[in-house]
Amino acid sequence: MSFLTELFSNFWVSLVGKLLIVALMIPLVGMVIGFAEIKLSAKMQARMGPYFAGGRWGWAQLIADGVKFFQKEDLIPDQADRPVFKLAPVLVLVSTVGLLVVIPFGPDLIFRDLSVGIFYALAISSLSTVGVLMAGWSSGNKYSLMGGLRAAGQLIAYELPLVLAVIGSVMLAGTMSMSGIVEAQIAAGYPYVILQFLGFGIFMIAALAELSRIPFDMPIAESELVMGYLTEYSGFRFLFFFLAEFANMFSLSAIAVTLFLGGYWLPGIPESVLPYAGPVILLAKTFLLVFAMIWFRWTFPRFREDQLQSLAWRWLIPIALANILITGAFKVYL
Amino acid sequence: MVLDQDLVRHLSEASVSVELETPEMTLNIGPQHPSTHGVLRLVARVDGERAFDVQPVIGYMHRGYEKISEVRTYPQVTTLVNRIDWVSGYANEVPFIVAAEKLLGVEVPERAQFIRLILTEMARISSHLIFMASYPLELGAATPLFFALRERERVLDLLEGVTGGRFHPNFNRIGGVKPAYGSGSATRKVIQDLPAGFFAETRVAMDKVLYAVDELDALVADNEIIVARTKGVGILPPDVAASFGVSGPNLRASGVKFDLRKVEDYLPYHLFDFEIPVGENGDCWDRWHVRLLEIRQSVRIVQQAIDGIPSGPLQAKVPKIIKVPLGETYVRAENPKGEMGYYLVSNGNQGPYRLKIRTASFSNISILPWILEGVLIPDIIAIMGSLDFVLGDVDR
Amino acid sequence: MTTKTTERRVLPGMGMVKGLWVTIYTMFRTIFRPGKYLATINYPVVKETPVARARGVIALDQEACTVCMLCARQCPDWCIYIEGHKEEKEPDKPGGRIKVRNTLDRFDIDYALCMYCGICVEVCPFDALFWSPEYEYSETQMGDMLHDMDRLQGWLATVPPDPELEK
Repeated sequence: MSFLTELFSNFWVSLVGKLLIVALMIPLVGMVIGFAEIKLSAKMQARMGPYFAGGRWGWAQLIADGVKFFQKEDLIPDQADRPVFKLAPVLVLVSTVGLLVVIPFGPDLIFRDLSVGIFYALAISSLSTVGVLMAGWSSGNKYSLMGGLRAAGQLIAYELPLVLAVIGSVMLAGTMSMSGIVEAQIAAGYPYVILQFLGFGIFMIAALAELSRIPFDMPIAESELVMGYLTEYSGFRFLFFFLAEFANMFSLSAIAVTLFLGGYWLPGIPESVLPYAGPVILLAKTFLLVFAMIWFRWTFPRFREDQLQSLAWRWLIPIALANILITGAFKVYL
Repeated sequence: MVLDQDLVRHLSEASVSVELETPEMTLNIGPQHPSTHGVLRLVARVDGERAFDVQPVIGYMHRGYEKISEVRTYPQVTTLVNRIDWVSGYANEVPFIVAAEKLLGVEVPERAQFIRLILTEMARISSHLIFMASYPLELGAATPLFFALRERERVLDLLEGVTGGRFHPNFNRIGGVKPAYGSGSATRKVIQDLPAGFFAETRVAMDKVLYAVDELDALVADNEIIVARTKGVGILPPDVAASFGVSGPNLRASGVKFDLRKVEDYLPYHLFDFEIPVGENGDCWDRWHVRLLEIRQSVRIVQQAIDGIPSGPLQAKVPKIIKVPLGETYVRAENPKGEMGYYLVSNGNQGPYRLKIRTASFSNISILPWILEGVLIPDIIAIMGSLDFVLGDVDR
Repeated sequence: MTTKTTERRVLPGMGMVKGLWVTIYTMFRTIFRPGKYLATINYPVVKETPVARARGVIALDQEACTVCMLCARQCPDWCIYIEGHKEEKEPDKPGGRIKVRNTLDRFDIDYALCMYCGICVEVCPFDALFWSPEYEYSETQMGDMLHDMDRLQGWLATVPPDPELEK
């Protein structure tokens, strides 16, 4: 045992170990959440979902899908801009991977505890906007172009509410580091959602918009634009986008849990158990939020682009600003 | 240095105006598209998201119905005619057979008329349920599709139990409904009357359809997003609708109270008590809601018809080989999509000499260039979906 | 009488909550009471039996057919191909007339063209054609969709008895 702890205290070995874990987590989380989506959405529609892949439950369905995507032909349209076309899914996946680095799974279980944790997380998640725009522009297809432009407008518009919504929580905690925010909630004894319910609501809505999920899926808009900016992608390039969406759902939900719902802590759990129970609690809370995202996706239709924009600029941003004002007043005078 | 007051005022009033040149783009919506209900092509000239000139191009599905009817006999044309508006199969046969019966001058027995009416109303429920399923899907909600199709299966099972076919029943014959198999032989005469258990199953199915319609109402009708997408979108004033020849639920949603079931007498609708839903504004929400209310009224008609169906023969006494005498007639009926009419010219043969088919969807989509001027692209999809047309009906 | 589509007064936000409620209770019903609320079955492990009158495939009784060609003539698609020849049979009594009967050489129905309308079954005067609700005969090649005489005779075993009628 001491040999292992000595081995992993070496910087380079632990770095490689962390990279491996993050790299493996993305497909794993993507597949688990993807499987949950297809089965839960089927139950909401009074049907069964995949049943045959891997036995009675169909648990191997997404593994089979992954293998299928890998062995497909790599199609690049004639009019497409080849380097940009190839780079776009990589950028989107990179931003997803970068988000996982600052999520605290336990008291000391964080890949890198940056002192500007939340600032870094929001900055990295906005890289995907560039990736989406690149995908739409370089596909050489009018439908993809329209999807990409809609995505640019939507993602930029919803960055602002996303950022403004977390400021309330950061002000209450007094620090931008993610594990510091959880420790502040432990010290206070209650999760911040009780005071920051407005911020939590705005963060979840803006997160749905950042993920381009229904009700904000104008960029994809399956019934109008045949997958929008994703139309020309097939094979493992599509797999990157697909995994990136599900892993991003997980990452943004985990950030919401950390900022608002208490992270890896539950009231009543003793301190000694926390390093072992922490990841389980975090995963359970995150999956609750992911379930809510799946539930919203299969119930609502999509907003039109101008309705989206007016929701962001005319409602969410003023409410978020008011939230910051009230939190600041609360913090100064109480 | 003191600034010259005139200069200051001049500078403060100066403004720079830059006209952004945004070139227009020609976007082809279709013929292969998830939302055009078939192979309809819309050549849309758009400026960003706003379309300012939309021209539909049809004909991709033309199958030559009117030409082929010239060389077929009446039972054969009945088979083919099911496939014009393939979503509501049975409702296409009835006006054609009624036209042939008018020329022949034969009286259809009561039981056959009741059976025709029940099956036509079931076809109407089936067609409107498909609309309930596909319209929210075009707006983005995927769940109403499954709820509506789940109930449609019950109605199709009922149709299959009586006629043997789910979508294309082919159950009408001149003089009534199909009476029997082996009509010429003495050994085996299988009467094609209603099978045992039909009434009980129909009552159960109608209750389930009403429950599902209430579920769809709760899921879709009051949803704020649906209301934002469909209220005030695609408003069709009643005079414009009448001038373009729009008919059916689209016309009723614009406020015109006109239903061919109350006007024409091709089926005994006067014996039943039902209402005609009428809309107020003529927007997409009204067109959706009128069809929902029509499902409830159709269920009412079916329930009354089952309770009061008379017994009797299924077909009038007609000769084996039917030759319809010389003449021409036009019969129109209330298809679920609108008004469907058959202009039948006969010259004494076993088949029509010329059959002109007036379909509802062809006239319904003639308003597309008028109604799609200056709308956003998502609204194009919403408006097209709310008109509820099928390409087989447009192109024949 | 008319029914107007009137605007319904609901609290803002209640429409979306109603939709969420419908979805979530459908989900719980399908998970915990699948017997009553699950709308789909696991084909091909579980199969639904179609009704007795369902038009699945046409079966031929070769003994009854007299090669009158009525079905081939009345078919809207002309998908029935019939060939026959006349055969002489022994007279009933010695010294009687020699009977000449039609015998089937070829009776093919091309199911790639067939519209499943049932006119052939209806017009046959000798009860040689029957409907059967069998539907699982897909092939990988178009040519295999032409069912010949013996295959059509084989479908005869699947013809159900006629359903009872409503009183």
